[in-house]
Amino acid sequence: MYDAGKIIIGLVVFIALVSYPIWYDAARGDIPTSADPKIVTSEKECVAPTEYMKANHMDLLNQWRDDVVRKGVRVYTAESGRKFEMSLTHTCMDCHSNKSEFCDECHNYAGVDPYCWDCHIEPEEVQR
Amino acid sequence: MTIDKRKFIKTAGLASLAGLAGKNILGQDVSEVIEPGSFDRLSGLQSPLKAERWAMAVDIKKCQKQHDCTKCIDACHHLHNVPEFDNPKDEIKWIWKEPFEHAFHEQENKFQKTDLIHSTPLLFCNHCDNPPCVSVCPTRATWKREDGIVMMDWHRCIGCRYCMAGCPYGSRSFNWRDPRPFIKDQQQDFPTRMRGVVEKCTFCDERLAMGLLPACVEACDVGALVFGDLEDAESDIRKLLNDNFSIRRKPGLGTQPEVYYIIS
Repeated sequence: MYDAGKIIIGLVVFIALVSYPIWYDAARGDIPTSADPKIVTSEKECVAPTEYMKANHMDLLNQWRDDVVRKGVRVYTAESGRKFEMSLTHTCMDCHSNKSEFCDECHNYAGVDPYCWDCHIEPEEVQR
Repeated sequence: MTIDKRKFIKTAGLASLAGLAGKNILGQDVSEVIEPGSFDRLSGLQSPLKAERWAMAVDIKKCQKQHDCTKCIDACHHLHNVPEFDNPKDEIKWIWKEPFEHAFHEQENKFQKTDLIHSTPLLFCNHCDNPPCVSVCPTRATWKREDGIVMMDWHRCIGCRYCMAGCPYGSRSFNWRDPRPFIKDQQQDFPTRMRGVVEKCTFCDERLAMGLLPACVEACDVGALVFGDLEDAESDIRKLLNDNFSIRRKPGLGTQPEVYYIIS
């Protein structure tokens, strides 16, 4: 290999620069390990099983949005047969009124920025 | 697995029968289960107001007797988080008042009943039968529902303002600025809009779904606003239109506006 020394030094510098965010955080000691959303409701069941909601709540919300706004269907029947109003502000946030500990916890970790709250008004959070 | 035509048609027929039966059962038990926490809302949703053709009638005389009354406008704008800007260029309006000659400039008679000429009729979205705003919307963010309401999906509006150019009544407003800081007394139940989105009156579709009349109709103490089903011969609005002379805004354009103004 010609110029092996220069190439290897170049590679090391390149990798160091690219991985800068990782080791910078590691050095500061705040690597986010996992998100831990808090559920504070006394309600026993959600509109769908927890595993499904964890992975697919955004699809469900999109479905609800289209059903309510475009089709005028506003009542959702869960698998258990229970009826819910299809409403982010009422149904979802009635239980998950702690937006910062519930929604934001994962969204910040995953680096996503959903635009729900550009228009929908978030519930006022009670300081615990 | 192979399947012949005969077998396929049989299975398909049975499946669709089962589907129909299932749908009927579902349709019947809607009112059974009601959540304790959201009792009112869910039970309201079980008895929505429905019509074949929603329409509004405004009794100009009754309305104008209440000189500077703005109860309907206040109720509407409060419930729907309509912002109030100081600069008239930023104005957002769902219901508003306009001098008679602006609202009805096709009424050309120089001499007319003076109280009519000097009136300031209430204006709304006309929820046209042939809405130009719907034809021009490139994203179908606005469309006509089966009950005649010209609806909006703010999620889908890209703010191109074609609808505003298309609407001959000025019923649509554009959010040039973030409306949030300009909403007095935010209403939790209803979303706000964001910058770059068009908005207008929706005949309170969210209230009709709960079995409630539009907020403006409810707020009017003197019964100057009558809301109902035009296709129902027994409805109040039909009786009112049968018994009185009424006009509509710019009928010559062929948009078939569905807000009627009683002037007799």
